[in-house]
Order: sequence, then structure tokens, then C-alpha cells
Amino acid sequence: MNDQRQLKILVADDTDTDRLILEAIVKKEGHSVISASNGLQAVDLYISECPDIVLLDALMPVMDGFESARLIKQHAGDRFVPILFLTSLSDNESLVKCLDAGGDDFLSKPYSRIVLQAKIKSFNRMREMNATVLVQRDEIAKNNLRLLQEQMVAKHVFDNVAHLGCLNSKNVRYFLSSLAVFNGDLLLAAMRPNGNMMVLLGDFTGHGLPAAIGAMPVASTFYGMIPKGFSMTDVLKEINSKLKQILPVGIFCCATMLDVNFRRKKITIWNGGLPAGFLLKAKDKEILPIKSTHLPLGVLSPRAFKDNCDEYYLVNGDKLYLWSDGIHEARNVMGEMFGEARLIDVFQANKDSNRLFDDIISGVQTYIGDSEKDDDLSLLEITMVDPEDVNEYALETSIKKDGAVVAWDICFEVKPSSFKIFDPLPILINVIMEIPSLRSYNSALYTILAELYANALEHGVLGLDSALKNSSEGFSHYYELRNERIQNITEGFVKIYIDYWTADIDGRLVIRVEDSGEGFDYKSRMGASLQTTGYSGRGIALMERMCESVRYLGKGNIAEVVFVWTNDD
Amino acid sequence: MAITSSVSPDGKQVTIFIQGRFDFSSHQDFRNAYEHLNPTPSQYRVDLQGASYLDSSALGMLLLLRDHAGGDQSNVQIVNCSQDVKKILAISNFEQLFEIF
Repeated sequence: MNDQRQLKILVADDTDTDRLILEAIVKKEGHSVISASNGLQAVDLYISECPDIVLLDALMPVMDGFESARLIKQHAGDRFVPILFLTSLSDNESLVKCLDAGGDDFLSKPYSRIVLQAKIKSFNRMREMNATVLVQRDEIAKNNLRLLQEQMVAKHVFDNVAHLGCLNSKNVRYFLSSLAVFNGDLLLAAMRPNGNMMVLLGDFTGHGLPAAIGAMPVASTFYGMIPKGFSMTDVLKEINSKLKQILPVGIFCCATMLDVNFRRKKITIWNGGLPAGFLLKAKDKEILPIKSTHLPLGVLSPRAFKDNCDEYYLVNGDKLYLWSDGIHEARNVMGEMFGEARLIDVFQANKDSNRLFDDIISGVQTYIGDSEKDDDLSLLEITMVDPEDVNEYALETSIKKDGAVVAWDICFEVKPSSFKIFDPLPILINVIMEIPSLRSYNSALYTILAELYANALEHGVLGLDSALKNSSEGFSHYYELRNERIQNITEGFVKIYIDYWTADIDGRLVIRVEDSGEGFDYKSRMGASLQTTGYSGRGIALMERMCESVRYLGKGNIAEVVFVWTNDD
Repeated sequence: MAITSSVSPDGKQVTIFIQGRFDFSSHQDFRNAYEHLNPTPSQYRVDLQGASYLDSSALGMLLLLRDHAGGDQSNVQIVNCSQDVKKILAISNFEQLFEIF
């Protein structure tokens, strides 16, 4: 702080000599002076000149110093203008009056010039400190405003990504109350193409912005994958690996995910780290806890991640309750937690299960009372009903699904010029992966197609004998020959025929691969157990384990496999 | 598909890393990774961390490695298998021939 800076000082005294002396002292200190001979003039000068410090005589004509001080302070507002009374009054009452009127200090006449100079310096320091505080206050206010505006925009984006999906369905009730602008709890719901409802309740470690950042990829993955028909385990695996990749160690998402099949009255549940949800049976009011059996999302590497789920068969009217730990850990004024025992009490005290949801909320809120909230609160209730009591979408798919059969076939032929550069597998797999219920069999179907195609190409079109592979040298020779023959190929074909059929409960895929080769005497080999001692012959064994049947047709140049699956999810 | 390998400082263990698809096109690289090593390692590891897929010819190559390493007396580990790869190895009963992790 620089107290050497030249200040502008207003001096108000009706006595000419006193004023002249004051002016002289102040000027000698290097400050500039403006002078007034009465209080009113002082106020006018204050307004027009904006001095840094005011020296006021208490008793002046027209307007006294007290009134003048009041007006100046009023005018200064937030700005700190030190007012120093110079007065011949010396009774306590008058001195108190000086301060009451807004004066910051007083100096009795006759005053010491040294003390006056010291006071001017001291008040200037206070004035500068005050000015700094004001600047900082304004900056803080500005920053806070900017932060709020940024949060509003971010919140808008967040709400669009982590929206509530189909939570407005008739059989769903939910309650979300967040501690901060952003909710650390996440509740997502979407309809699968088959009419099932998939729901995810997540609770990130922490709350506010850091938690919300993790919620974004969860929500976008969830809403991106589910309408495409991916299974719950696929979605869970994808979310887990995404979170594992982006979140710092120690930040993760406790979550429960549900797949509710209203047609089959089945709920599939995966719980990783959330408090046990309750399944309330309509018939006997029995409570079945749905305990966490997994680590939270974002903890384990994709390889170590466990996706096994529990399945429950319900009847209409059964209700499922999920909550984040905000309910269990809600504290009363004494600091005690609500806990699971009180939650069970609420369930047992309830007489009408249609009011249970409200009972839980009011139970927790009454318990918390006026004590401070310290976590996000979330509650979800899903009632098992028929598809028409869920939403339009569930109703539509249920009508479409009932007894509907979908069937098609495609034929795909690889021509001679393509063998050396073209791999038909990605195209075929892409076609098959368009069928939602086949997505979880991606890897098996790839293996089946790859083995069928490799056999047709190598043994059929290229005429390679797998007996070559019986020795290490033969194995290499086999692939040298493969390479050589494929470069020079001018005729031959591989036809891949896929026949798809699916009904309500299950589906069937027939894959037939025909090649232009000589075939082989499959009839004499039938019944013989597969050779598993050499370096070849394992492709067929793999297919036999993955498919319902594997057989050869024609002269042995046609291989046909039948792959079946159930649509029961 | 890239195949790389590293030999432990004492030369007793060789680890072969597979990247991408493990199929017939990698058989020469795969053989080169373990043949002609001096001294001959006593322990072999195939690390499938980066392998996205393996087909039946890769199964044949693993058996070639096993026979090279001493057949029934061999010590071959297959490590870092994905669930899909584990399934294929299990269907082929490879856990009876290899230590699979």
C-alpha cells in the first residue's frame, strides 16, 4: 500500500484561520485540498469532486458537520470515505454524536499536526484496503454469476443426455432429489425393441459436477444401445469398460440395472454396489431383498467384469423398489441414519401398497426433519403389469409379437476373382447383427461362419487336404500351398445361404455353405469320432458344440449347420 | 495381426504376444517366435491380451507349439484370454492340454 500517493482531501471549516492552517498542513504532506466553509458546501464539493478523505468541523453555519457527514456517507454508498471530525467540543456526548453521524474518528481542537498527519495516513490505509475488498467482492460476484451461467448451460446439456426416458410410464413412480445443481444419482429408463423396459439406477461416488461428468457416458451408452436391442449384459459391459477407461481410481458408479419383461412377467436384475432393493409380492406382502452381488461399474477391467444376473418371475401387482444409499443414510437431527430396519418398518406398517411409495418418501422426510441433507435421494417403484398398462410402445410391441413369425433368407456368392482379396465374413456378420436377439451370439456366429468359409475355400475351392497338417512341416506347407493356389485361382465359388426364422419364443438360423470343390465321402466318415490328435479337424468340433446340428449334403461339398436360440429375455 | 515375443533374462521363459486376429495368416510369425531359440526355453507363455479372435487353425498352431515344447511334458501357458476366446478353448478341451488363465 502506498501512503505516499497524493490524495484529494476535502476540508470544511467555517473559521478562515483554522481552515487555512488545515490546508497548509495537508498540502505540506503533498495532498491536494478542496475547501468548504460550511456543511452544505462540503456535501456539494464531495459530490462534484469525489475526495478521498473528508476533514469536517462539527459546528458550522448553514449545515453542521453532523448532517453533512450523514449526507456524504449516504452518497458514498459502498465506497469508504473516511470522515474525520475536527472539533472544539470535548464532552463525551458530542464526540459520540460525531461517530453516530457517520464520522470515523475525531480530533479535538487544538489538534496536534503530527497526530493529524498520522491519522490521514492511517485512514488512507483503511481506505485502500476497503477499495481492494470492494474490487474483490465485485470479482467474486462476477465469477459466481459466470459459474452459475456455465452450470445452467451444462445442466441443460446434462439433462438432455441423462434424460428420464420412459420413466413417465403408467406403472413407474420415481423420486429424485439432488443435493447440488447436478444429481449424483442417475435414473435412466428405455424401452427395448422387444417391448421390455430397461432401467438403470446409479449412484456415483461424490455428488455435483464430478459425479455428473461420469453420468454422461453412462446415459449416452444406455440410450444409444438399448433401442438397438442390445442385451442388458452387453450394455453393462460397455458402460463398465467406458467408466473404467475414463474415471480416476476411486470414482465409480454403484448401480442396479433391470430388464423388465411385461409379457413373460420376468425381471432380470444386476446389482453392483447399491443397497438391496425390495421385491414386494402382491399376494402375501412378502419382501424379497435384491442384494448386491457385484462390484460397482467402473471398478473392474473388462476382462474381470462379471455380468451374471438374477431372474425373478412375478405376477401382476408385484412391486419392485430400488433406492440409492441416500435413503438409508438420511440423518435425523441427532445425526442417526434412517437405515434398512426403518425402511422395513415402513413396508410392514403399510396397509395399501398403492400408497407405499408416498409412505417411504414421507417417512424419510419426516425423519430428516430440519437437519441438513447430505446425499442425493432417489427412489424408484415399478409395478408388474400387462404391456398395455405400461405405455403405448409396450402395447404395440406386444400386439406385434403375439404369434408373429419373421422369416427371410439370403444367398451370397463369392466369385473366383474375389477370393484372394475379399473376406465375406464382416458383411455377413453385419447383416446378422442387425437382428437384436442374435447380438449376444456375435462371437459364436462369427466362429461358425469363419470355420464354414475356411473349409469351403481351402478344402473345396483350393482342394487342400487337411491331412497335410499332420506334421509341423506339413502345417506350414499347407498354408504355403493355400497362399500359392489362392493367387492363381480362376474358377470356383463359395455360396453362403442363410435362412432366418423366428417366432415368439425361439429362433433358428440355417447356414448352408456350398463350394465348387469335389466334396468328400462324408457318409463313410459319419459316426466316426472326430480326430483330435492332429493339428486339424477342430473347426467341425467347434461348430458341433455351438450348433444344434452340423451335416454334409450333396457330394460333401455342402455343409449345413442349424443354430437355434431362445428369445426369452 | 502382429506377433511379438520376449525371452526372460535367464532364457528359460518365452512369452509370445498376439495382436488382432489369431488365424492361419500368422502361423509363420508364430513359429518364428519360438523355434530356433538358444537356449531352448523350458516354459512357454502365449499372451492373448490383444487377440480379438482365434479360429481352428490357431488351435492347430497352439498344438504345434505344445508338441515343440515337449508334448505331454511341455509347460505351455495361455494367458489373458477374453471370455470369447476362453469359450473356444474350452469347447476344444484345451484346458486339458494347456494351463489357461
